[in-house]
Amino acid sequence: MSSSSGHAPIVSVGTYVMVFVALLIGTGLTVFAASRDFGALNTPIALGIAVTKASLVCLIFMGVRYNTPLTKVVVVSGLLWLLILFGLGMNDYLTRTWMGVPGR
Amino acid sequence: MADVRQTSLGAGAPAGHAAAHAEHAHHPKQQHHFYSMEQQLEASILGMWIFLVTEIMFFGGLFMAYLVYRHMYPLAWTESSHELNVILGGTNTAVLICSSLTMVLAVRSAQIGSRSGQIVNLILTILLGSTFLVIKFFEYKAKFEHGLVPGPHFDPHELTASGALVPLSLPQGSQIFFSLYFIMTGIHALHMVVGIGLMLVMLVMAWQGRFTPDYYNPIEVSGLYWHFVDIVWIFLFPLLYLLGYHFGV
Repeated sequence: MSSSSGHAPIVSVGTYVMVFVALLIGTGLTVFAASRDFGALNTPIALGIAVTKASLVCLIFMGVRYNTPLTKVVVVSGLLWLLILFGLGMNDYLTRTWMGVPGR
Repeated sequence: MADVRQTSLGAGAPAGHAAAHAEHAHHPKQQHHFYSMEQQLEASILGMWIFLVTEIMFFGGLFMAYLVYRHMYPLAWTESSHELNVILGGTNTAVLICSSLTMVLAVRSAQIGSRSGQIVNLILTILLGSTFLVIKFFEYKAKFEHGLVPGPHFDPHELTASGALVPLSLPQGSQIFFSLYFIMTGIHALHMVVGIGLMLVMLVMAWQGRFTPDYYNPIEVSGLYWHFVDIVWIFLFPLLYLLGYHFGV
């Protein structure tokens, strides 16, 4: 067996360090954004930064970018099911007060 | 044992393990049910991701509870969040990001066949993970001292600038916030403990020179776990600590 493991390219240290710096900047940014009052937008901004940071970790540090299509499908399906949980869950809780039915 | 059973099947059966090795030489780490080392690594990564998806759903349930109760008690959420220590939480975020960097560098060292690189980076990862837990301990300690642990002894106090503990009035639902704070960060810390245990095993294996550019599957999938725990914290930090931050600044 040759040592050329074709599927996983060796990522350069520079790329990893760049992602690392981006993650630290993201952390600073999220603390800064939280110290300002954006009204209802505070949480969406915080979540936007968190999702960006998580994507960086997922794609580069965890190497999903270099994985097989099957692994990518599994990763995306996990997120999809998470969204179904939040979406249908809140669909219930947010609409309970719409109608004056008993046991709402 | 498998050899005996296989040969006893008759002339048509493969002549067993030893013969299979003679027939086609393959990497000693390659198991027989894989076509190649690449496929074996892909299978390991896929398997780890399927486990991580179950972990996403596990933490997802807690985030769902967070969402529902935050919707029910918005005031309790912002005011209780304000009692968490942003400096310690932020430091811990940075500590975890550093540990993720040392983790990828450890895996990379395995890919390029550097034993010393693996050992140094794994030790750094373990130290950073432990630092996280130590900081977490002091945070929890302060929460106990401030009476913020939910239950019969819930008696919120706040530390004033002069260093005195004064009673604090928190809105209804604050105990639910602190329940979720403790269970979410507690389960996360438990994952850190498991991760540090994994890294200790990886350190022993790296020390023994078990990982080569051809075969580094264990350290690769342990790395995936470590990064996953980092990602969970990336979401916990803003949602728990920063929620009420702008009220006090």
